[in-house]
Amino acid sequence: MSKPLSFFGGFKLTFQHLGKLPVTTSYPQAKRAKQPRFHGRHVLNRYEDGMEKCIGCELCAGVCPANCIHVRGLDNPPDHPVSPGERYGYIYEINYLRCIHCDMCVEACPTQAITESKMFEFSFTNRADAIYTKAELVVDDNGFPKKLPWEDWREGEAEMTGGWMRATSPAGDADFEGIVQWTGDLGFGVQAPEAGQSANRDDEKTGSKQLRRAFFRHLNAVDVNDDQRGLQGMMTMADEKMSAARKKMAERKAKKRAKS
Amino acid sequence: MTFLASVDPLFVHGHMSGVDILILLIRLVVGWAALMGAVTMMIWFERKAISGMQSRIGPQRWGPFGLLQTLADGIKLFFKEDLIPEQSDRFVFKLAPYLSLVPAIVTFAIIPVGGTMHIAGHTVLLQIANPPIGVLLMLAMSGLSVYGVMLAGWASGSKYPLISSVRASAQMISYEAAMGISIVTVALITGSLSTHNIVDAQGGWFWHWNVIRLGVVPFIIFWIAITAEMNRPPFDVVEAESELVGGFNTEYSSIRFALFYMAEFMNTITMSALIVTLFFGGPAGWVPPVAHLKWIFPILWFVIKTSIFCFCYVWFRAALPRFRYDQVMDLGWKRLIPLSLGWMLVVAGFIVKPAWGLLMAAVVLFASVLLGRAFMLGQSRETGAESVLPAIGRRPLPEEVLRAYTDRDVTITDDDEEDW
Repeated sequence: MSKPLSFFGGFKLTFQHLGKLPVTTSYPQAKRAKQPRFHGRHVLNRYEDGMEKCIGCELCAGVCPANCIHVRGLDNPPDHPVSPGERYGYIYEINYLRCIHCDMCVEACPTQAITESKMFEFSFTNRADAIYTKAELVVDDNGFPKKLPWEDWREGEAEMTGGWMRATSPAGDADFEGIVQWTGDLGFGVQAPEAGQSANRDDEKTGSKQLRRAFFRHLNAVDVNDDQRGLQGMMTMADEKMSAARKKMAERKAKKRAKS
Repeated sequence: MTFLASVDPLFVHGHMSGVDILILLIRLVVGWAALMGAVTMMIWFERKAISGMQSRIGPQRWGPFGLLQTLADGIKLFFKEDLIPEQSDRFVFKLAPYLSLVPAIVTFAIIPVGGTMHIAGHTVLLQIANPPIGVLLMLAMSGLSVYGVMLAGWASGSKYPLISSVRASAQMISYEAAMGISIVTVALITGSLSTHNIVDAQGGWFWHWNVIRLGVVPFIIFWIAITAEMNRPPFDVVEAESELVGGFNTEYSSIRFALFYMAEFMNTITMSALIVTLFFGGPAGWVPPVAHLKWIFPILWFVIKTSIFCFCYVWFRAALPRFRYDQVMDLGWKRLIPLSLGWMLVVAGFIVKPAWGLLMAAVVLFASVLLGRAFMLGQSRETGAESVLPAIGRRPLPEEVLRAYTDRDVTITDDDEEDW
């Protein structure tokens, strides 16, 4: 617990905040970045070859505490199979008037077919729109969620699907952390695991360095890498910034030379 | 014309020509417009400044930097449905907002905004009226504005506004005494109640200002007292949202609510201006020796000084938590009134003769020791070892009740708190 403010401390603090940037944004125009494991509406993923991942096993529907998922499986038609297995999800519906975004379906899914996007800003005007069917849930041919007219998608938001899956070891064992145990997604390939739960952190491989830097003020001391802690961390960051700036300068000079 | 001259509503002392009336009308209209403009700006400024202090953005949608937000709010409120509660006293319910708005406007009339101006051979004071009763008018108006709050709460026919209005009237009456006595010190040293004379007497540099001449104490007492008088934070127990929903104006909606809202901000400006008038020399300040600029600089000084105090009120709201109701009463009756009374006696003594002043100081010191002892005794009777009353000052905390049940004697130390 921090020390309580003295009488004039309150005046000083409020006055200092006048000069600081606001922490809020003017919402509909600008949005704040969402947390990496934010739970939004679901997507049904596809394999890299375009096949659907869902095998119609109904585990998600069984585990759903809100009873909002309705799945029926069907044998794959032999001449044009939908999924690589024996069966596929013939009907897949999620009722978003019921869904509580707990992500239990994502945990239950044996093929990582269902994951969550970061989309929570959707407002339908009738009950039929609230029930998302397969046509709306399955990702498009580039592997991105389908953008429905009543959803407010911004640039870059569609790329952040399935954070939870990449964050956790599917085996539930810390030893397996950082080890990929999932198949590739259409449009994304095999997504790198997100580090941060055990000592096994390969930032270069996982690409989560920027992420952790953005959140490092919110992390506990043990979760911050040695080279990012305290004075050393500040020096490293300054070093990196300097080298990046130098690189830019060098590029500019090279461009100028090329022009002249 | 003769009727106007005989009644003399604006204190022009008899001689009234057509030009006089025209100048008066211009003064009225300009003063009114300036006050209204200042109110809209003040509402915007308060919202913007407090949002800055709370790391928010604040109004931004209407006009550049959200400057037209107040106008938009006003238009919206004007077209809202005018609800009058079933249980209310309809006439009083409709009357109350005006009882709170009109005194706020009238008080501004006595504020000297600038020095003098020469128009068409007439010497014009840059204030709407300069009545010989001066600051007494302000006291009367602040007394009248209690009725606005009181009747609003009473006429609403609802319990929260009623509690709020009872609090408001008690609080306003308590602080009126301290405020009046600190104004008496100003009147003593000036020898006049007229605001124009008060400002004239402080002309020149800042050591001529009353805040220095009277010692800083009357100014601080006056400042605290009018903050309580206006029901602004930290004295806003009247509209304590956590206890009383919205306070005395809970049942009000549409334009009637807007009137209360306007009155509140008008009071903030007027009282800031009044502090400047009574203690900070009003429009006094450096004036460049250029003939055409001589009238604008006093106005500029006045506006700057007033805005500083307006900002301070916003700052108070951001920085200070609300007082408890009994603390408000304690501060008013036990501290401010004795202090202002003692200080007034000392000032009066020094005005007569330094020896009298020293004698008064000794008497006041002795009396304050006695008073302090009396307060201590009263305190110990109430909550101390010899208390015969149940302890009402402090209720047991939930965890203490729990501890009594589990019969464990654990006290929270500072070390424990650090661990949380």
